[in-house]
Amino acid sequence: MNAAPRERTFRDEELFADVIARLIGDVRHIAVGNASPIPATAALIVRERGRLQNLGRPYVSLLQSRKHNFFTDGARELFDCAGQGRIDVFFLSGGQIDGQGNVNLVSTGDYEHPKVRFPGSFGSAYLYYVVPKVILFRTEHSRRTLVPKVEFISAPGTSETNVYRPGGPIALVTNRCLFNFVNGHFVLASVHPGHTVEEIIENTGFDFEVPTIVPQTQAPSPETLKLMRDVVAPQLAEVYPQFAAQVFGVGQTAFAR
Amino acid sequence: MFQLAKSIDEVIEPIRDGCLLVVPREVSGVPMGATRALIRRGVKRLQLVALPTSSLQADLLIGAGCVETLETSAVSLGEFGPAPRFTAAVVSGSIKMKDATCPALHAALQASEKGVPFMPLRGLVGSDVLKYRDDWKVIESPFASGDPIVLLPAIKPDVALIHAPMADRLGNVWIGRQRELATMAHAAHKTIATVEKIHDGNLLDDPTLAAGTLPGFYVETIAIDERGAWPLGLPDFYPADSDHLAEYARMAATMEGFADYLERYVYERRAA
Repeated sequence: MNAAPRERTFRDEELFADVIARLIGDVRHIAVGNASPIPATAALIVRERGRLQNLGRPYVSLLQSRKHNFFTDGARELFDCAGQGRIDVFFLSGGQIDGQGNVNLVSTGDYEHPKVRFPGSFGSAYLYYVVPKVILFRTEHSRRTLVPKVEFISAPGTSETNVYRPGGPIALVTNRCLFNFVNGHFVLASVHPGHTVEEIIENTGFDFEVPTIVPQTQAPSPETLKLMRDVVAPQLAEVYPQFAAQVFGVGQTAFAR
Repeated sequence: MFQLAKSIDEVIEPIRDGCLLVVPREVSGVPMGATRALIRRGVKRLQLVALPTSSLQADLLIGAGCVETLETSAVSLGEFGPAPRFTAAVVSGSIKMKDATCPALHAALQASEKGVPFMPLRGLVGSDVLKYRDDWKVIESPFASGDPIVLLPAIKPDVALIHAPMADRLGNVWIGRQRELATMAHAAHKTIATVEKIHDGNLLDDPTLAAGTLPGFYVETIAIDERGAWPLGLPDFYPADSDHLAEYARMAATMEGFADYLERYVYERRAA
């Protein structure tokens, strides 16, 4: 993402994290998977707010972290927890995401002879089904990433009624806007400052509902920004040193020099 | 009496061409020293299972031509970008990919742990991950009507290869909270460990250490390899070497750069 315009007091990533923090709401356990620095920022904001209010929640599990992770029974414990409904919120992205909420983390073109290969499905083909609030995020909002139909379904947005499916997507956050996921399709919920509905239609490959009035996404409050920069950012550096350095100027890594 | 292996080259001896080899995810104790030794020895046709994901280890083995099939949920270099040799190999079709999802691999190894032929798992129904797995089956739950559920055949590796903070001279290996290393060892025919150091005495004598110990009963052979996870980190002991991983990502972006990397960091032994 580009740096925010000069008159703004926050960066795009900070707005993005704030939007996700509001979507998380008041829950007991938030888990964050691989390659998810912005959701990790959001989860840690919500945890810090909980600590400030002495709520004793939420618990936050960052999958790659030694410090922000209470599991003692190996990497399987996260999935066992989720299978029982002990994880309330998870985050997924995708090389492609379509209008039915299907995510593709595998490849484009023919599966046996792919044109582009992504890392792989990670836990999506399981967690998308069993975690009640899955928040989709994609920092590149374009027709390349938000497509009419994904070319490989790592995990489907919805399932047949006979399939065990207590979980699924509730929203999709991008660098341009927030969509809610309602009855199997996306509804434009708010447009980030500096972006327009027309631009979002132009850059989205799938059809979505546009309500008569679409509000602007609320800017992060000074309190949230302070919490994010002073308390959350240093904690992020363990798992996302590059992100923490680039966005918040934390730590000295190869990339900060 | 258990005997420590005298060298890394000796410890990897049981890993033969065509071996079904299970290795842990990038933050659980990855034996990178042993991986470089395998490449130097020229191991071929590995049936590699990365539980449940991998980063540098799978990318190096694939780029060096050691892998025939790869079963895992994802390979990437995390913040350093896509895993270039993995990506190129899948696109060119030079390895056979068995795409999975993280809990499916944990469950399939747990089946072997228990000595049962399969394990059921939620999720997956309606995904293309399931569609391309001929070896996975969907049944109706025998305990409920109209409830489809996926069955995963047990994965029984020939060898589990791990790196851990310490071992004793009896063959017990202290893995701490990295319990997936125990699942791998319980499931595999043989377990090979490299460790940072030797603990004097019996790890099972101290209850605070015993709970985090993989008993020597499961362990075939052990070698000392100080900083054996480098350039990856060993949780609680040392972090990943970010500068080196960034250098790898740059070099491995092309086949020529990757060949230079192998020459410099794998075939030339790194000064200790």
